[in-house]
This record gives sequence, C-alpha cells and structure tokens, in this order.
Amino acid sequence: MDHLPQLVAEARAAIEGAQDVQALDEVRVRFLGKKGEITALLKSLGRLPPDERPTAGERINEAKQVLADELETRKQTLQHAELEARLARERIDVTLPGRGEPTGGLHPVTRTLERIESLFAHIGFDVAVGPEIEDDYHNFEALNIPAQHPARGMADTFYFDASRLLRTHTSPVQVRTMKEQAPPIRIVCPGRVYRSDSDLTHTPMFHQVEGLLVDEDVSFADLKGTIEDFLKAFFERETLAVRFRPSYFPFTEPSAEVDIQCVMCGGEGCRVCSHSGWLEVMGCGMVHPEVFRHSGIDTERYTGFAFGMGAERLTMLRYGVNDLRLFFENDLRFLRQFG
Amino acid sequence: MRFSETWLRDWVSPDLTTQALADQITMAGLEVDAIEAVAGDFEGVVVAEVVAKEPHPSADKLNVCQVHDGSDEPVQVVCGAPNVAVGQKVPFARVNATLPGDFKIKKAKLRGVESRGMICSASELELEEGTSAGIWVLSNEAPIGVSLRDWLALDDHAIEVDLTPNRGDCLSLKGMAREVGVLSRLPVTTPNSDVVTATHQATFPVRVDSPAQCPRYAGRVIRGVDVSAVTPLWMTERLRRSGVRAIDPIVDVTNYVMLELGQPMHAFDLARLHDSIVVREAQDGERLTLLDGQEIALREGTLVIADAKQPLAIAGVMGGESSGVNASTRDIFLESAFFSPLAVAGQARSYGLHTDASHRFERGVDPQLAQVAIERATQLLLDIVGGEPGPVTDVTSPDYLPLGHAVILRRKRLDQCLALVMTDDDVVDILSRLGMRVSAIDAGWRVTVPSWRFDISLEEDLIEELARIHGYDQVPVRRPSARLKLSASNEARQPLARLRRHLVARGYQEAITYSFVAPELQEMLIPGASAPYLANPISADMSVMRASLLPGLVKALSHNLNRQQSRIRLFETGLVFRGELDELEQVAMLGGIVCGPRQPEGWSSSREGVDFFDLKGDLESLMALTQQPDAWRFEVGEHPGLHPGQTARILCHGRHVGWVGALHPGVRAGLGIKTNAVVFELELEALTQGTLPSFKPLSRHPDVRRDLALVVSDDVPVMALMDVIREQAGEWLVDMRLFDVYQGEGIEKGHKSLALGLTWQHPSRTLNDDEINQLVDAIVSEAKTRFAAVLRS
Repeated sequence: MDHLPQLVAEARAAIEGAQDVQALDEVRVRFLGKKGEITALLKSLGRLPPDERPTAGERINEAKQVLADELETRKQTLQHAELEARLARERIDVTLPGRGEPTGGLHPVTRTLERIESLFAHIGFDVAVGPEIEDDYHNFEALNIPAQHPARGMADTFYFDASRLLRTHTSPVQVRTMKEQAPPIRIVCPGRVYRSDSDLTHTPMFHQVEGLLVDEDVSFADLKGTIEDFLKAFFERETLAVRFRPSYFPFTEPSAEVDIQCVMCGGEGCRVCSHSGWLEVMGCGMVHPEVFRHSGIDTERYTGFAFGMGAERLTMLRYGVNDLRLFFENDLRFLRQFG
Repeated sequence: MRFSETWLRDWVSPDLTTQALADQITMAGLEVDAIEAVAGDFEGVVVAEVVAKEPHPSADKLNVCQVHDGSDEPVQVVCGAPNVAVGQKVPFARVNATLPGDFKIKKAKLRGVESRGMICSASELELEEGTSAGIWVLSNEAPIGVSLRDWLALDDHAIEVDLTPNRGDCLSLKGMAREVGVLSRLPVTTPNSDVVTATHQATFPVRVDSPAQCPRYAGRVIRGVDVSAVTPLWMTERLRRSGVRAIDPIVDVTNYVMLELGQPMHAFDLARLHDSIVVREAQDGERLTLLDGQEIALREGTLVIADAKQPLAIAGVMGGESSGVNASTRDIFLESAFFSPLAVAGQARSYGLHTDASHRFERGVDPQLAQVAIERATQLLLDIVGGEPGPVTDVTSPDYLPLGHAVILRRKRLDQCLALVMTDDDVVDILSRLGMRVSAIDAGWRVTVPSWRFDISLEEDLIEELARIHGYDQVPVRRPSARLKLSASNEARQPLARLRRHLVARGYQEAITYSFVAPELQEMLIPGASAPYLANPISADMSVMRASLLPGLVKALSHNLNRQQSRIRLFETGLVFRGELDELEQVAMLGGIVCGPRQPEGWSSSREGVDFFDLKGDLESLMALTQQPDAWRFEVGEHPGLHPGQTARILCHGRHVGWVGALHPGVRAGLGIKTNAVVFELELEALTQGTLPSFKPLSRHPDVRRDLALVVSDDVPVMALMDVIREQAGEWLVDMRLFDVYQGEGIEKGHKSLALGLTWQHPSRTLNDDEINQLVDAIVSEAKTRFAAVLRS
C-alpha cells in the first residue's frame, strides 16, 4: 500500500512518456489492465485489516480514476497529434489540373442553327428537314422558278442530270411541308445547301435556315415584327436597327432584303459593312400565290410569309469569325474556340 | 446596270445629294452597289494645244513641246509620250496643279531642259484603268484654256445598281429615270426621237418565220455612212461612265441607244447580206462564227437572224463575224427587234455566252420600243457618220405581241397584306407614275400594266409596287397571332441535339465536312461504293457525293495531324448518299474518328493510345441513351477500309446499322496517317429510337453473387458465351459482368480464361444455395457442350 504514491508517479511518467496510442494502451494495461499493477493493489485489499480496507480502497480507486482520466487526456492528445500528422501527410497540391476527359464542343454553325431553332421554337415553330439531293420540281418549279427563268442564273446549281440537283436552298422543305400539312403552318428548315461558287466569300456548301408561317390574315407587318424580334434576340441587342429593303425572290411577293445596323461598328461604318453601316443578313417576303397554288393552299383564305438566312454569315457576325473557309477545314484550333 | 449621275439628272433631277439619291434608289429595291467618281481627284488641268515639238537635245525618248494653254505665252514642257504631236488638243496640268494621289506639279528640269507642267494621259487622271499607252488626245472642239474638269463635267459619279432579274425595265437610263421620277414625284424628260424622214426608198426584205419568238422586227437601210468618223467625246464619255468601251461610231451608237432606252440593236454590213433577212429557228449543227471569233454549232430551236444563205446572228444574243460592220462598210442595215423573253432565255448560257443584249431580252425589252429606238439611233448615226436613211421596215405580228393586260387590285387585299391603309390618291398616283392606267371599280381598281413591265401580272405584284414606292418603313411592325396549340412530343425519341452533347461531354469536337468528296479517297475507304457523281463539280476532289462520313472525317483527321495535333476526337452528323440516282437513299448518319493518346497529356495520364474498346465504350454509352440494352449487338465484321481483326458490325434489333473499327493499316499508309485511328459510323435513326423508362419494383431480399472462371478457346467470342450464360441463368439474373480476361501462365496456349460475376435476386423471397448451385451447374454444363468450356479451379 505504501508504494501507491510511487506507483502513481511511475504511471504518470509512463503516460507522459507514451508517444503513440499503442504505447499508451500498453501503459493502461500495465497499470489498469486486469493484471495491472494498480488492479493488483485493489485485489490485495483483502489482505488488509478490515477497518483499513475502506480507506485504502478509496485511495486506490481515486488513484485509478486519476490515472484513467490522465490516460484519456493523453490519448486524446496523441490521437489529435496523429490526425494532424496524417492530415499533414495527406496534403496535396490542389492547384494541379484535374484528371479526365476534357469537354469537346459543337461546331459553331451547329451552335448557331440550334440557337435559331430554339428562338423560333419559343413562338411555336417546328423544325422540318428534307433531302439534299432534290429534283428540279421541288427546288425550282414549285417555287415559281420555271425552267428558263433568269433567277435560275442567280443560284449556280450543282446538277447530277437534267432534273436532279443539290438543293440550292432549304425551300424545297417548305414545299414538301405545305403539301403534307394543312395550315396553320409554322416551321423552320435548317440544313446544308449547295451552290457552285468557291472564293473568299463563298463555299460550295453552306447552311441555311428558312422559316415559313402560313395562316389566316398574315401580313407583311407580321413578317416585319417576327424578323425584327428574331434579329434583336439573336444578337441580344434590344436597340438593333433593322431595315427592310425591297428586293426580288421568285417565291415571295412583296420581297425584302433585311439589313441590320452593323454589329461590328454599331453603324459607324467599317470594313465588314463596306463602310455603309448596314449588313445584309437575310431575305424574306410574303409567300407568292404561285407557290401556294403548287402546294394546293387556298390563296384567298391563307397568306403567309417566308424568310431565309445563311448560318455561316450569322455565325461570323456573332462570334467575329473573319474567314468563311475556316468553317469546313475542321481545324481543332478553330473548333475548340466554340466549345 | 451602271450609269452616270449627270446623265440621269438630264432626265430627272431630284434635289438630293448623290448619296441621298443612291439611298432612295436602294430603298426602292434597286440596290446601289457602288458610287464611284468618274475621274480621279485632280485640279489645275486645262485643255491645251501642242504648238511645237522638238526632240530633247540629250534624251532619245523625250520631246520638248510648246503648248498653248490659253495664257499669253506658250509654255514649255518636256513630254515622254510617244504619241505627242503638234496640233493635238491635250489635257495639260499647269505648274501648281494637283493630280490624283495628291501629286503636285512643279517647275522642273528634265535632263537640263526646263519643263513647266505635264501633258497627261487618261490613266494619270484616273479616267482609264491601268496604264494608258500615251497622252490623251482630246477631240478638236475642246476649248483651249478651259478646265478639263468643267468641260467634261467630271464632277460626276458612276452609279452601279445591282438589279434583280424581274426589273429588266430598269436596264436603261429611261427606266432608271422613270423610277426616280416616281420616287421623287417629279416629271421625267425624254430625249428627242422624232421620226427621221427617209431620203430614199431602198429597203431590205425581212421575213419572220417564227413570229411567236420574234413578234416584231424593225430594220432600216442607211446608205453611205462614214465609218472613219470619230465618236464624239460626250458620247464616249457617257459610254465610259456606264462601263462600256467605245469601239467604232456605229457600235457606239447602238450601245448608246441600248443604255439610253434599253433597246439592244444590231448593225449589219448591207453588202455582206444575201437576198433577205430571215428570222427563223436554227437547224441542228448549223455553224456560225460569232463577233468574238468563236465558231459554234447551233442547236435546233435556237432563234437566229439569217439571210438567204446562212445564219448571221443568234437572235438577241450576239451577231456574227461575217455580217458585221467593218472599216470598209458603206451601207448598213440597222436592226431593232423584239424577241420574246422565252425565245432568248437560257440560249446565251447554253452557248456559254452572256451579252448586254441577252441580259436585256431574257428579262424583257419593251415591245413598243423598237420603233422609237430605231429613229433615235438613226438620228445619232446621221449626226456622227452621216449617210442616207431609207424607210423603216417593220414586220410586226400583233397576235404575238404582248399587250398591256389588266390586273384587278382589291382594296381589301391591299389593306390586309400591308396592315396599313394607303389613301386612294396615293394608290392612283404611284401606279400612274409607274406608267399604269388606273380606273376605280367597286372592289378597288382596274390597272392596265405598261408594255415594259414583264414582272406584273398579279394583284400581289401591284401590292409590292405600292409597298415599295410608299416605303417598306411605312408598313407597321406587328407580331403574328396564333392559337396556342401544344404540339405532340415523342418522349422516347432522342433528339439529335442530345446525342451531340453526349459526345461533346465525352471529349468529341463536332466537325462539318463537305458532302462531296474525292472519288479516290472514297474508293480507298469504301471500295465499290455507289454514290452519285456531280455533272458540274467545282473540282475533281469534290465530285462524288459521300457514301459514308468516313472520307470527310479522315480528311479532317489528316488536316489536324498535319498541324501538330496528336490527340483527335471528331464526330459529324449528316446525310450520306447511297446508290445510283434512281434508287438513291439519303441516310442520316453519325460518325466519329479518334486517334492519339487515350487520355490528354497530363501529370497523371498514361501515354497509352486509344484502341477499339475506347471507341466501343463511347458507342455503348450513346446506345445506353436509347434505354434499349438488348437491342444493340456488335458482331465480328469485315470492312475493306478497316482492320480485318478489329472491326465490328453494329446491329440494332438485328438490323445492320453501322460499323466500328480501326482504320486498315494499308489504308492509313495510303493516306499518310502514321497513327492508329479508330472510326465508327452508324445510322442516326437507330440511335434516336428510344424506349420510355418502365418501373420495376425494388426487391427487399438480398442478392447472391457467384464468380465463375471459364476457360475457352481463343476464337470463342465472349458475346456468344455470355448469351448462353444468360439463357441458362434464369429469370432472376440481375447482373452479369466480365471482370477479367486472362491468358498466360496456367492457361493452355490458344485458350483464354474469362472471369464472370453473376448476380441473382428474387423479387419476393430469398434465394437459397441449392437454387443457385443448380443454375451454375446448368451454365457450366451448357458452356461445356457449346464451347468446350472448362471451369477453372
């Protein structure tokens, strides 16, 4: 019994001296375990005279409690230090680049086509598509461009034989839709079109989006509103100036070319707009009655408007691309700029 | 159409600046493409006369000239032009004059001789493109000392209008002036074209065999013309400013009248005509040498002007060499005809020609113009080349002559179409100024269209005219209204946009390649592919339609490899064209190509290259979008462009819809592609057809997994083995995965060990070991029977 204080002192030193949780546990076992030295003192209480037993028991238990508390405190300290050490070991350089596949990207023309489709979808236009190898009837005849019409010279057509050709515009899709579907009709027709022309500002293939709306009481004023809204939304410029200039297309009447205030210079005049302040961006007009007649639509009851635009041109203006030919070279250094 | 502003202003001159005039024309639908000064910016240049010329004492090619420029003393000037001669009137830049390019003329000494000024060439004054051969010799009437700029009215602009094909009536000063008159609401003055009195009665017989194509043919004999006469400067200047080169006085006059009035004309050398003029259709193979020296074989149906012996000209397109006017011509036969647009349309193009005449006749020349024009031309010719005019021979077939027809314009329709109400006065005023006769009727107006407007036959044509002149900017801005109707939407269908984005998320960049490709490239990748050839390709390497997306993708791959890109992942969607024209299929495809390292270069990436299974994984992930796991299969396949041991056919619901495989090393060698590249292509339709999700209740009972290692011969396709296992594994099999493929130590050569994990789960009870053991036994025994598979211990 007399060596209890010494034992406690020894135990304290051992607790302090334990450098990890495992060593500490060995200290616990040595002093407080089933066969521990303090435990042994408790077991030896029976050898004391009965009147000394309570006091001695109390002293031993106190000492045991003190040591247990100190063990716990020391354990927590050690655990904390171990966690700290582990966290320090596990430190990484979070500024290293992440792992995995980088994202690819859509072709800029697709980006534009999808944007146009989505803007028109919001006002109830469906998307319609059709074949690219067309016949003379759908590409020309049904659009009021008979065989010897001078307008055939306007589009340099790729032919396969006397009657089959690569469509020069997506208008044949309008013809096919009007034959299949009764008004009201609201469609946009995006797609590849082909013209036999290749220089700095022409590629023999390009993309168009054409639109068609046929209903009762559709006016030129409705056309103006739709086109103005579209252009302002597309370029995200609420104050964009838009003007309609009389023009000629065999399949519309009245017809108009649409100019916008140059988006590069804000109308001040620059190289892109040939210093005119205006950019020609699309053509449009009221559907020609002859086109309706070919499609069996009652021209007294229905009127409609149609419009068409070049996706590459709009893409160039929107993103500042200055060379048309880049679109079909598929150079990754170009494509990645639009991901 | 190009014309001089001052010429136009002779007819009608609104109080507008040049730019404002051009804007007005543009906004009426006659788009002004360019406004150009007709001469360079110069000052201090006057008309002078060369009064003396002596060779330069110390330079072979120089002359020392004395010129009289209106001042008291002659001025000495050194001139290097070979054509300078005494008596010439020349443009003379005095000392202190400024020439184009801000070039100041100063007193100078040339090889020791004083020179005070400069005799100018046309190009130095920017009146001619390029470099002139010598100084510009002015006509004799040029007044000495007068500013050249004032005398020639050079403060003028050439206005270039890009006319749409419906506006043939504007291909003349007369037509342009008419439009400007309408827009400015001003009267228009026309030049004098009074009938010229015949001074003799000689005529040349004209017979029109094809009156439908040539409803009117007017001709006149003019005897004793002087073809050596010089076209006056005012005329050559107007021609020049309109983009027409002066040739000889007779051609210049016919060109001038064409520009002025819009009537193409032709002059024949009367001495070279045989018996009579016959307007007829050509016979197949008849030969004609054109004015430009080209000999052509005519086709049946082409309208020609012939004489008794041979064709002389393609009507309305181009004259022939043998009957044209030349230096020895004395008598001419002047032609002024109306050929119907249909008779001329397409003819010029079919012979590879395009002329000012065909351009006009195709679009429609006023049939009433022929007589007016022939009188105007005769008068101008008499003024310039002299001669004795005979009477006009006019062969007109009234039955075929387009008559001014009437079109009804309804007030209601006009208001509806434009969503605005124009006053009656405006309607009548605009239409009348356009040359229409307008009378009011109950519903609106009855409008008679003038003979020069070939583009107006419908009510809409009139509405367009009114809108155009009134101004498109006057039409209100409105939004269309429609019934709010929901359209049907097929949820099971995968939109293309989703497939695209899926590939983009997996690192692919979208490409767009041409739909026509080089035949050799297509043949190399898909030997024997049948696809339509273009009749008129832009170049040989863009002459056949693609039968597959592969040629375009391979070309894009090469383009990038050649630009130091090593890791490439591209995809494209679009139509391919299969079969001959008559059985043509235009099929929407999705294709891709990958090469380079599997992972982008990085601090934790491996350098391993992509292989078949990377691409197959991407495809499987796309296919998973359709939610039809059982629909898709990959089978060992053979494709001439692909590696024979690394190619699979893709099937969807048993139908062959595409390919995936590594490019054949031989093909790669042929294309100079050094790295392994894997490609795929499949029909888009198969990927867009999806299935709606269908719920199955979740089991509350534990699942049971067993792993099997089966050793089979190397040539057993894993898919076939897995199919058999699935057949035998019963309806409670919920998952099967191949987690190892092993060859090497412990496995017989020519064999492979396939480790499979199978998981079963019953929806409503716990499965017991006996049940599972039975299933496993069945699997092992069937695998043994079918593939001689041995369970690896």
